Amino acid sequence: MTTDKSTLERYKYDVLVIGAGGAGLRAAVEARELGLRVAIICKSLFGKAHTVMAEGGAAASMGNANSNDNWQVHFRDTMRGGKFLNHFRMAELHAKESPDRIWELEMWGALFDRTKEGKISQRNFGGHEYPRLAHVGDRTGLELIRTMQQKIVALQQADKREHGEYESHIKVFSELTITEILKENGKIAGAYGYWRESGSEVLFEAPAVIIATGGVGKTFKITSNSWEGTGDGHALALKAGANLVDMEFLQFHPTGMVWPPSVRGILVTESVRGEGGILTNTNGERFMFKYIPDVFKDKYADNEAEADRWYEDQDNNRRPPELLPRDEVARAINSEVKAGRGTEHGGVFLDVSKRLSAEIIKKRLPSMWHQFYELAGVDITKEPMEVGPTCHYVMGGVEVEPDTAAAVGVPGLYAAGEVAGGMHGSNRLGGNSLSDLLVFGRRAGMGAAAYVKQTTAAPVSEATVAAAAARIEAPFARSGGENSYSLHAELQEVTHNLVGIIRTGDELKDAIAKIADIRKRSANVAVSGGRKFNPGFHLAFDLDNMLLVAESTAKSAIGREESRGGHTRDDFPGMDSGWRQYNHISSFDGNQVSVRKQALPFMPKELFDLFEVEELKKYMTPDEVAKGGSN
Amino acid sequence: MARKINLRIWRGDATDGGLQDVQVEANEGEVVLDVIHRVQATQIGDLAVRWNCKAGKCGSCSMEINGKPRLACMTQVASYGDDETITVTPLRAFPVIKDLVTDVSFNYKKAMEIPAFEPPKDLKPGAARMQQVDVERSQEFRKCIECFLCQDTCHVIRDHEENKKSFAGPRFFIRIAELDMHPLDMLKNRKRTAQEEHGLGMCNITKCCTEVCPEHIKITDNAIIPMKERVVDIKYDPARIFAGLLKREKRN
Repeated sequence: MTTDKSTLERYKYDVLVIGAGGAGLRAAVEARELGLRVAIICKSLFGKAHTVMAEGGAAASMGNANSNDNWQVHFRDTMRGGKFLNHFRMAELHAKESPDRIWELEMWGALFDRTKEGKISQRNFGGHEYPRLAHVGDRTGLELIRTMQQKIVALQQADKREHGEYESHIKVFSELTITEILKENGKIAGAYGYWRESGSEVLFEAPAVIIATGGVGKTFKITSNSWEGTGDGHALALKAGANLVDMEFLQFHPTGMVWPPSVRGILVTESVRGEGGILTNTNGERFMFKYIPDVFKDKYADNEAEADRWYEDQDNNRRPPELLPRDEVARAINSEVKAGRGTEHGGVFLDVSKRLSAEIIKKRLPSMWHQFYELAGVDITKEPMEVGPTCHYVMGGVEVEPDTAAAVGVPGLYAAGEVAGGMHGSNRLGGNSLSDLLVFGRRAGMGAAAYVKQTTAAPVSEATVAAAAARIEAPFARSGGENSYSLHAELQEVTHNLVGIIRTGDELKDAIAKIADIRKRSANVAVSGGRKFNPGFHLAFDLDNMLLVAESTAKSAIGREESRGGHTRDDFPGMDSGWRQYNHISSFDGNQVSVRKQALPFMPKELFDLFEVEELKKYMTPDEVAKGGSN
Repeated sequence: MARKINLRIWRGDATDGGLQDVQVEANEGEVVLDVIHRVQATQIGDLAVRWNCKAGKCGSCSMEINGKPRLACMTQVASYGDDETITVTPLRAFPVIKDLVTDVSFNYKKAMEIPAFEPPKDLKPGAARMQQVDVERSQEFRKCIECFLCQDTCHVIRDHEENKKSFAGPRFFIRIAELDMHPLDMLKNRKRTAQEEHGLGMCNITKCCTEVCPEHIKITDNAIIPMKERVVDIKYDPARIFAGLLKREKRN
């Protein structure tokens, strides 16, 4: 079936939002409220995006649980968590604006858990100095998605009253995959894709495109991500001429399920540790005390008595080491298992049953109880969970201007949420993702609205349409080619074994060659069956995206000869303050990904001065510390 | 330990279809969605199935397993006997698109018809004060993952396409109840419109929806019955009827 150009489905909008998770929906709301006509594209049904999986909460320094909290403390925690590789401006905007974004959700109908005074309750999380995460039990992501989904419906109802039609100004295109972002004269002109249901093709013309496609977890074998996390936005942006920043940094969440095999990788929320869960090895040893790095020694307790006291008195005790940033905990678990102190399924124990009553566990961690009881036959109110690291989040992503979320180098292109890079540096703190997608989703909507009002888009040329259509048709025309399912499994083996939580130069070299080979063979993928809801056909396109992402990650990882956050090199185990001065920029020439170093923007004096000089010395070169911030 | 199981899968589309038998390997601890994926990867590359999180949190992989509406990701293969054939079919209340995938757009249309949350006009962001006990009633309903199993099983629409026009279904009754019990919602008459516009009266509380809810939301007891009782109070309250008559007289 070749698409007939005269019957091709065509739409015109002011802005196209690709992705209907938290960032995409927040961007869509903002763009609509600023007067734009918006199309929202989701790969799955409306309201199913991976944001629903976020459990713990959204970090915002509202100060409801501890009045000492403020944006400066949140900013410091975020920079420390990212090992100072974060774009300072993104971390600053995020820390300043997240409280407003949470309160705004409440105005749209969200119902967060409450403090005794009736304010929004805030819980402890790794790397956050004060209880900071607004939450709803352990289903906070679902609350965010549903609230914004319902806000969009509310806007559609207002449009019906005003314009007579629900979908006059916002339309949700469910189960539609974008295969290409289209440009004319160097500027964004629209996007091309296909309905997953029918396989028929669709052209969107729009002067602005906001990418909000989330992460890349499906590139890896063990991941907490759903099938949608195939790095579509990362790849679409690269192909459209944008850059990716710091793709070597992947967050392996320390606690994924490890047993039974079919649930391996599914997330066990950090709230389990925030609520008092402890990690032990098979010798019964609470091992995290051995893994407190020097930079965190003054913030984390080095003995059980103090760690236990902290839950009652946070002002006079240091935090338990189970609440170190995720990269530290993941590496510690990895080391324990490698040293032979892991369970038979390759995990360690996480136990919350000794500290909390069954009733409180079921109330505060209801989905965890449910998940373990129904999928693993484990009652977490009585027994420990078995957990191990799982690929969870990519810190790297599209290089953007912090204030507008505009993709560097491509007029009309915007990116927000997990697909954007820079905000989290080398490692993201738990809870900073939900607030990130609210803060920068809104800013992307504002950025796109400002751009659309001062630009005119060129129409998409028929030649551009024909080329995009030909690429969709290609796998159907081949016969006897490669199977996309097998190639995907091969790629996952390579990334898992060679680009995983601990890396070496030789293995990365091997990985780059293997990824190139799979990519070559993927050009010959053939699809069986027709176009109608055909997962084999869908995977052929997802695979192409995952291969580009994997290439970018492996090439960035081989260049960075140090260990920092979500990038650990066995052959370069130390953190190097020289490397802190650089980001890795990936770009694509149509044939392969190349990676170069780019100087990291330096903090202005007022942000620099928020830190003790002694602390900055642990991360920065003596020259940088002496300079004391830029002006 | 892997073993072979017999799986019977409905294959086809809106025009035609039927059950197809396959044998597939199943490992310890696997759920029905795992074995469907194995069939997809090794035997039927274009087998259509909708899924997302594979952890019971997104509500995408709804289907009927041995005739019961269930999430395939939360249904253990081991819960069926060793020699038992597991039959998977698409949701019956919605039109089939292909194989196990149905057109659930009915639900999104109904969602648009439920009047949105309406906060107090003068409420400032951050100023809201609510007690935990007061938000918990609505929170129970906000646990809904929109798997639409309750809609599928509800006999008002399961075999009665004609009722769909005037019946929103259990999923949207809990949405209305959630807003009705929401401490900040200002819109009046939600219960009344539930009855008059969204078909609450057609429900005869057989509790089938509660039984299939994977989130264990007490749809019937905590949402539908309390609303029905209040509607009765409102509609048949002699004082209100009298007041209504007076009003009409005045207008005349």
